Amino acid sequence: MDFAFVLSLLDATLRLSTPLLLACLAGLYSERAGVFDIGLEGKMLMAAFAAGAMAAVTGSAWAGLGAALVISVMTAVLQGAAAITLRGNQLIAGVAINMLAAGLTTFLGQQWFRQGGRTPQLSGEGRFGAIQLPFAQELAGVPIIGPIYADLISGHYILVYIAFLAVPITAYVLFRTRFGLRLRAVGENPKAVDTAGISVNRLRYQAVLITGLLCGFAGAYFSIAQGSGFGNNMTAGRGFIALAALIFAKWKPVPAMFTCLLFGFLEALQIRFQSAQIAGIDIPVQAIQALPYVLTVILLAGFIGKAVGPKAGGVAYSKER
Amino acid sequence: MSALRPLPRWADVVLLPILNLLLALIVSGLVVLAIGHNPFTAIWAIITGAFGNGYNIGYTLYYATNFVFTGLAVALAAHGGLFNIGGNGQAYVAGLGVITVALALQDTHWLIIAPVALLAAALFGGAWAFIPGYLQAKRGSHVVITTIMFNFIASALMIYMLNRVLKPVGVSGPESAMIAEAARMPKLGQFFPIFNYTPVNLSIIVAILALIGVYILVWHTRFGYALRVMGQNPTASRYAGISNSRMIIITMTLSGALAGMVAFNEVLGVQNRLVLDFVADAGFVGIAVALMGRNHPIGIAFAALLFGALYQGGNELQYVISGLDRTVVVIIQALVILFTGAMEGLFRPGLQRTLMLFSPEQKAEAIERETVRSES
Repeated sequence: MDFAFVLSLLDATLRLSTPLLLACLAGLYSERAGVFDIGLEGKMLMAAFAAGAMAAVTGSAWAGLGAALVISVMTAVLQGAAAITLRGNQLIAGVAINMLAAGLTTFLGQQWFRQGGRTPQLSGEGRFGAIQLPFAQELAGVPIIGPIYADLISGHYILVYIAFLAVPITAYVLFRTRFGLRLRAVGENPKAVDTAGISVNRLRYQAVLITGLLCGFAGAYFSIAQGSGFGNNMTAGRGFIALAALIFAKWKPVPAMFTCLLFGFLEALQIRFQSAQIAGIDIPVQAIQALPYVLTVILLAGFIGKAVGPKAGGVAYSKER
Repeated sequence: MSALRPLPRWADVVLLPILNLLLALIVSGLVVLAIGHNPFTAIWAIITGAFGNGYNIGYTLYYATNFVFTGLAVALAAHGGLFNIGGNGQAYVAGLGVITVALALQDTHWLIIAPVALLAAALFGGAWAFIPGYLQAKRGSHVVITTIMFNFIASALMIYMLNRVLKPVGVSGPESAMIAEAARMPKLGQFFPIFNYTPVNLSIIVAILALIGVYILVWHTRFGYALRVMGQNPTASRYAGISNSRMIIITMTLSGALAGMVAFNEVLGVQNRLVLDFVADAGFVGIAVALMGRNHPIGIAFAALLFGALYQGGNELQYVISGLDRTVVVIIQALVILFTGAMEGLFRPGLQRTLMLFSPEQKAEAIERETVRSES
């Protein structure tokens, strides 16, 4: 466990927690507004596919990101239409979106690119490259701080910085703006918001749109930043880990960041242990894999603090009752 | 809007699901069309692939067996107002019970093993749902979230068990030892040669019994009555002296036991060993089946058959139209869930308005209401 190893482990943690954090914040907007979202996984998968496909066709990562955002927002609106306008069951809407994404991405991927559901390998401009922050080279020689700045903080994809920047922005929007106040109110007591003359459904749609945007970033991260092209079921349950993180963080942005870092760290550990074959300490890899879920269940059960979601979550608002 | 009458029963139970299915088929047909294939050829390929001959029907029935179990699992919980999304995990863990019993008793006869394995499947599947049920009832944690988490925990647990515990020496893949020939559940093909070489086995009888059993349980027992009261109005059931938390725990356990039957079919009847991911998302198909079948055993039987046919037909699709495969079926299934489960409001108001015009007394009533409103 030397310094370089710890640094590389933390570096991996940052990279792995980025999509979790984006998806977690995405869910935060929606759920704070009273719309349960178990369809984060599906929206990310759609976005990942759209990004991979668009980047492969145009050769531009930015076009890929654009496509990811558009498709993810469209999916979010579909889910929103079911959950908000048609007052359907929000949980079932999420299940349907996840399944639709799994089917549609595999199907279209196979049809368009004929590579067993994968999109073509991306290279050069088709992928986001690592960004070197200023003075990274110059400071690299400074002991302790140098490597931390040059290796850990600098040299990530732009989406990593967007994700971590989204945390203070979300905290500000949620707790310091009028929109945020209304958003939280609509998740706790929509009737009060309605009485004040503000449209509940409009606010909820706004929240769902932001959810779609953030899921778009998260999805794009998988296929055109971390990976070089889309692969079948690429998100592999990360949407549910993000959901777990959201609950674990009690629907708050800054705790959400730390939870996602923790879950990302667990994933990084697990990858290291698998490749380095030091699982002989008798902690099976699967135990680390299951840990985020187990922790969330324990938290939900109220054994370590209590996670209580927005009060009006899961119920469509209807004026008449 | 509030003047709309509830739909007559036949429209609610038959017409609405069929409309939703049609819409799902049309949308998926458009997807197929957009890709440059003829959707009608595809539908025909699915139908003949599912029912064309005994071999096809055998496979359709095999898939339907699983979907009856998971459909009933979702439906039973739904009657109590609970959404059990964890059928996958419950069925997966139930596999542990079945394989343990089957390997321990494999020197005896399947007639001895089957009932014990059935019990083990119910026990393990039930236990995996009991915990979320208990946590919902006693600690207030939402059963949907816990069952999702339990799906992932089950998956990690089973990978560990298959790799470290159940894998016999000399086998490279993550799977258990094979069950002895005499210990396996007989295939239907042994009795009806038309089903030869298909995996459909005697578990289908268990599925039929389960359908009847759930019907009796929900509509003809005190427990079923209490269950439905809780599902309709938990406050009322509490005032009626029903212990909601006890009901939640029992219902979730039974629901998990039903989902566990998938393991009975797969492990004892089809795979004859425990393999990775043998559940193959049957738990999620169960959601579609329960929604389409309106949580009623008869509806579930038909819906399970429909999805069994879609799965088997989808398998055959690739031999008829190259490039099309079962992923189309996943899209159809997702759309069915979306339209029947989450977008109920799409057809219902329009249908209510239309049907109101067809029944004379309702028409008269509507006219009367209109005149009253205009006079006042």
